Amino acid sequence: MTDLPDLEVRNVTKRFGPYTAVDRISFSIPRGSFFSILGPSGCGKTTLMRMIAGFTEPDEGEIVIRGKSMNGVPPNKRPASMVFQHLALFPMMSVAENVGYGLRRQGIAKPQIAERVAGILERVGLPDAGGKSIDQLSGGQKQRVAIARCLVLDPDLLLLDEPLGALDLKLREHMKIELKQLQAEIGTTFVYITHDQSEALVMSDRIAVMNQGQFEQIGAGQELYYNPDTRFVAGFVGNSNRWPGRVEAVDNGTLRVLTDDGLNCQVSVTGQASAGAAVEVFLRPEVVAISREAEGVSDMANRLRGSVRNLLFDGANSTAYVADQGSKAVFAVALPQTGRLADLKPGQEVHLGWDAAQANCFLAPQPGANG
Amino acid sequence: MNQRSGFRVGLFLLLAPGVLWLGLLIVLPHAELFLVSLRERVAPRVYESGLTNYLEFFIEPLYWNTFLRTATYSVMATALTLLIAFPVAYYIAKMLRGRPKNILFLLCLLPFWVSELVRALGWIILLRETGVVSTFLQTLGLVDAPVEFLYNDAAMLVGLIYTSMLFMVIPLVGALDTLDDSLIEAGYNLGGNGFVVLREIVIPHAMPGIVSGCIVVFMLTLGNYVTPTLLGGKDSLWFTEQIYNQFILRFNWEQGSAFGFLLLALSSFIVWAGLKLSRQSLGKVMT
Repeated sequence: MTDLPDLEVRNVTKRFGPYTAVDRISFSIPRGSFFSILGPSGCGKTTLMRMIAGFTEPDEGEIVIRGKSMNGVPPNKRPASMVFQHLALFPMMSVAENVGYGLRRQGIAKPQIAERVAGILERVGLPDAGGKSIDQLSGGQKQRVAIARCLVLDPDLLLLDEPLGALDLKLREHMKIELKQLQAEIGTTFVYITHDQSEALVMSDRIAVMNQGQFEQIGAGQELYYNPDTRFVAGFVGNSNRWPGRVEAVDNGTLRVLTDDGLNCQVSVTGQASAGAAVEVFLRPEVVAISREAEGVSDMANRLRGSVRNLLFDGANSTAYVADQGSKAVFAVALPQTGRLADLKPGQEVHLGWDAAQANCFLAPQPGANG
Repeated sequence: MNQRSGFRVGLFLLLAPGVLWLGLLIVLPHAELFLVSLRERVAPRVYESGLTNYLEFFIEPLYWNTFLRTATYSVMATALTLLIAFPVAYYIAKMLRGRPKNILFLLCLLPFWVSELVRALGWIILLRETGVVSTFLQTLGLVDAPVEFLYNDAAMLVGLIYTSMLFMVIPLVGALDTLDDSLIEAGYNLGGNGFVVLREIVIPHAMPGIVSGCIVVFMLTLGNYVTPTLLGGKDSLWFTEQIYNQFILRFNWEQGSAFGFLLLALSSFIVWAGLKLSRQSLGKVMT
């Protein structure tokens, strides 16, 4: 029994009129993992989530939770609890009544309900909040009550619909870690949907990147970040310099690409690209080596000289914008976190370099296709 | 100093219409009527003060029977109006979006563009012996002879509910509109069925709207004159008719005033009891 996945989605499709919100999606989530669905707004992730929760029925395909098909099963009969985007705590009830709502539906005796409610509130770090009303709680406390309200039912699946969106930045960073820890402690399968790549990367065991109703790639955060399968994933996960261009020549597993900005560079082959093909090159700011001396980048396949156009200081995420002297290309380059180039000034000359394998290259979309 | 007195004049001018309206149209007539109700005519143009007019009400069974009947039927009409209006309001507020929602809301409003008298006459055309319903039933062959639907309590209730409908639907739609859909979904998601969600989430949320709608409808029904008179006929006595009779037919202003104050006391008491029962406060309900 234990090898049954907690959630299996088989070929699920949902259309709204002529618009296909979710397009033949299949995936399965093993027991006890943290799975994120990451995508821009309007990609269909909320529709997919609502189908898993049972608020909408798929037009085609099947959703299976722990081996049981959920087709035609109403939302109140599904072993999946949901933390809503705006939490949807019941303002007419106290914290304890909110958390006990689901237990009361199961006809559990009152003393047992009180016991389990107190237990779960303690677990989420709110042992004394039971008697409070909802509007007495802070944003982070509400978050925890919303999660406790679901977890107290011991669901097979916990669905989270961008629950951190309404929190301020500091609290959001904190809740990310807390959620991850909570999931590891209790071992319930979490399905988390978000448009925030950092939330997905930090918390998830596996991430599905969704775009226009389809999954572009499913994998661990590292895979998505370093080895994106598609152009969309490369552009959506993490920051990149991206240049459209054309393949000049293919030799020895390396492409020579001339970008539209006039930059000549070498990148490793990904997929099938022949000479003359329109491609897009993705280069992450942190893989570009930056140095004041030419020797600093002499062992790199791609080298160029540029001048600093702009500096954006943001602590560990500081970026320099460097204009190439041989072309019109402008590079976003991460500054070394050691503070080695802390005295860099706009207008100064620097040397940049990167290896062919560190850039990703994808075929550009055909004219007329979108994305 | 000068600025201050200017401020005072401004404040006085701002408050003047409200104070005048309250004072001249509400406080003054009520005070006058109250004094009149305590008067007792012992001979032409000779009056004594006393509680005889109020005693009369308790001595004469017709009066307090009508009084109780009016109260009971008003409560009943209010409850039925709520029962009918709630699904309508829920449908308008929660199931519809955009244009259809506005159109349906307007349709609820439309009958109130004509006077209550005309609406009562509309029901008479439908329900009288030679009316639409009776003729239709005869055409279908369901009845052999004309049927009189008018001039009974049921016809009166139908009229009262129809008249009150809008005043229940509007506060209910207002209250239900502010209910976040995700609360309803969360109610289902955590294992509640439709009945539980209605009882634990929808109704508690809509409670201020329900209570304010009920208060308005109850007051309107209790003080209604046209509909009970036209649709209820002679057998369905309404307390406002008693007041009318005292003032207009019998020219007994003293007795009429006393009845008026009794009705005011009754409605105040029932509204107070309703608020206590539903654990709402008047301030919260009326905002």
